[in-house]
Amino acid sequence: MSETVLDVHDLEAGYEPGVPIVRGASITVGKGEIVVVLGPNGAGKSSFIKAIAGLVPITAGTVFLDGKDITAAPAHTMVRLGLAFVPQTENIFPLMSVEDNLKVACGILERREIPARIDEMYAAFPDLVRQRRTAAGNLSGGQRQMLAVARALIVHPKVLVLDEPSAGLSPKFVSMVFEMLAGIRKSGVTILLVEQNAKAALAIGDRAYVLVEGKDRHEGVASELWNDPVVAELYLGQRPARAGKGGAA
Amino acid sequence: MSLQFVVDGLLTGSMIGLGAIGVTLTYSILRFSNFAHGDFMAWGTYATLAVVSAIGATFGRMAPIAPLSFGWPLLVALVVGMAFTALLALLLDKVLFSRLRSQGQAIIVVMASFGASMALRSLLEFTFTSRPTYFSRAIQIAMPVGFGIRITPDQIALLLLTAVLVLGVHLLMTRTQTGRAMQALSQNAALARIVGIDVASVVRVTWVIGGALACVAGVTIGILVQIRPFMGFDMLLPMFAAAILGGIGSIPGAVLGGLIIGLAEAAAVQLIGAEWRAAVSFIILMAVLFVRPIGLFGVRER
Repeated sequence: MSETVLDVHDLEAGYEPGVPIVRGASITVGKGEIVVVLGPNGAGKSSFIKAIAGLVPITAGTVFLDGKDITAAPAHTMVRLGLAFVPQTENIFPLMSVEDNLKVACGILERREIPARIDEMYAAFPDLVRQRRTAAGNLSGGQRQMLAVARALIVHPKVLVLDEPSAGLSPKFVSMVFEMLAGIRKSGVTILLVEQNAKAALAIGDRAYVLVEGKDRHEGVASELWNDPVVAELYLGQRPARAGKGGAA
Repeated sequence: MSLQFVVDGLLTGSMIGLGAIGVTLTYSILRFSNFAHGDFMAWGTYATLAVVSAIGATFGRMAPIAPLSFGWPLLVALVVGMAFTALLALLLDKVLFSRLRSQGQAIIVVMASFGASMALRSLLEFTFTSRPTYFSRAIQIAMPVGFGIRITPDQIALLLLTAVLVLGVHLLMTRTQTGRAMQALSQNAALARIVGIDVASVVRVTWVIGGALACVAGVTIGILVQIRPFMGFDMLLPMFAAAILGGIGSIPGAVLGGLIIGLAEAAAVQLIGAEWRAAVSFIILMAVLFVRPIGLFGVRER
């Protein structure tokens, strides 16, 4: 495996002391990889990556980013350390313009670097250019996700962490979002993502973990996991997520 | 009828508006109604008065600037007073509000601000007595400007000062990284942290702006009316009414709300009678809450 960017070891985390939601989960993400975390509803997937991003209190275990211990780092220092997080919902500032949404995320960049960086984001996400003066709350669901991802990428993160980027989107936007993520990886960004939509996520992912009851129970190459009987069993005998007929192809 | 109420209303309104900026910022960023905000005004005014007296005692009396009733000592003292009030707000946040805020219940913080308000006011009465005092006892001659309106040089200068400050704060909020961080925090605190905004530092900036502007509003009242320990507390209802009328979180809204309430008060005094003045803010506040609770510039949260 290539050089490890993110190394999460035996992570235990939860909102209330004594009630862990994440119970000893471990994953690694290699440089340039797309790693997918799957799991049935309530498996603690979302809490798991929120804990990595500093948003859910960690009670045990470690998180290393590029060899540096970031386990106890406060959420607002994560972008400076190289981890950019895209929440599942409410991931834009609705009353601010698209451009201000990008600018407000540029706090750690050099002042003179900012205009060029914003232009680069517009080049990568042309849909946003036309809407630059629009209040972000008026964007369509797919455009909101683009803005949220652009906002995360603008600070040159070492790893981009996404919580269910396809949640609540219409099918057209879902494929758009996954195409976008595949494109981002091509540009050399490492991606960790949690998804309900297992099929689409496995199609773009390199490796995947299955999280059950707050613990990583299975790991494998993304393209092979779809037909892995262990995965089906971990999903209580069901196909992962909203798989349609013939999805196993 | 005389149009004099327009000038009176604009003046009262600009003082209300300056105070309401602090109220609306604390409300939208720290998410609580700070009832001690009026007392920041009074403390700032007394601090400014103390510095003016100290300058007078050290350097002797200085002549006022041309047509105005005040001179350079007051302007210097105002800057000192603004810094003092900002520090007072920061201190109160550190020893009181921030501790309670971390417990996560807004109503406790609101009640604490009510207590802080009473304590601050009583300290002023204890130190300076409740007898009104003045920056200057000089009488200014109001100049007729047509339509039966008369205005004094002090009034013109203070209206201009208010306009400059409001424009400054508006530009800060919309054109600078600090202002964008403040907007971000008021719209989504969790996401603000995710994008790298240090909430604690934005909170400090909020107190500094609110405190400094409260001081200016207080000193304006001190120059045009009088200085009393209750001067700020009496402004509380109009300030909240202005902030809510303008739409919580909106700087232009707070100022416009202040002007509308100031004009309405002045008009009520002239048309109905002075005893109705205090009722105007209350009526407007109730009307806004019933008809359009998000205010003039407010935006409905999704």
